Amino acid sequence: MREDLRKQEGSGYAAYILIWLILLGLTVVTVTVSRLSLGSTGAVISLAIASLKAGLILLFFMHLRHEGRLLKGIFLIPIVLISLIIGFTFLDVWYR
Amino acid sequence: MNSAVQSHKDTAGATIGMWLFLFTEILLFGGIFMLYAVFRAKHGGEFHKAAEELNRFAGAANTVILLTSSLTMALALAAIRKGDKTLSLVLQGLTILLACVFLAIKYIEWSAKIDHGIYPDSPVLLNLPKGEILFYGLYFVMTGLHGLHVIIGLGVLTFMFSATGKGKINSNDFVGLENSGLYWHFVDMVWVYLFPLFYLVT
Repeated sequence: MREDLRKQEGSGYAAYILIWLILLGLTVVTVTVSRLSLGSTGAVISLAIASLKAGLILLFFMHLRHEGRLLKGIFLIPIVLISLIIGFTFLDVWYR
Repeated sequence: MNSAVQSHKDTAGATIGMWLFLFTEILLFGGIFMLYAVFRAKHGGEFHKAAEELNRFAGAANTVILLTSSLTMALALAAIRKGDKTLSLVLQGLTILLACVFLAIKYIEWSAKIDHGIYPDSPVLLNLPKGEILFYGLYFVMTGLHGLHVIIGLGVLTFMFSATGKGKINSNDFVGLENSGLYWHFVDMVWVYLFPLFYLVT
């Protein structure tokens, strides 16, 4: 039963091609934005676009949207952990 | 499903195991991203100046190549799920080919930098301002670690290609290819961050 379900998941070729086109489009956007020399705003925008791309890869190419609650839940652990580590180190360095 | 039971294969467990491994990979790369964030905050101007020296076109080309290889990988898995072995082999072959092209471009980029005397601890590099030394240090470590992942991925993909050819990966048992795909998409995802952080510093 589970195997049958797994076989059906995300089996449409067209959906993958659409996601790929969006990813290419976002790459063009990020290169274009970087040419506007927006300073630190530009850095925030390029990181936001990168995260959007990473999210699309995770959800569609890596099928995270089809995974159970357990996996989605534990996926938050490394993300929260790495955000805390980078965030607090950053605060420490910035206000030292 | 019967074949999975007979061979005592726990596909759900295999997938969760792969994800757990990828979590450790996130923390591995995350630690170096933290160094990058701190040093860029301190030496923004010098990071910008050093980044201008990188070949933007090569970086953008490699982004397109890896995104496309991620697509062919996802399609290869979809094809084997539908039982289309030939199509899956063609798509896996394309993924392997694109991985080789990525590495070739990386080789050309690194060679150009080394020809200009820029490599870790080189006399030319040590004479540059501190921020530029840090930028190039991070550039070589991060793209190097990522390149190592691409080389490992290439090995895994080649192994899967042969397993698919022999019929060991088929429409009933494809968890090996699925996990290789997860690894490959992860490698692509890391590059999605590396590209703007090194080639598009504003």
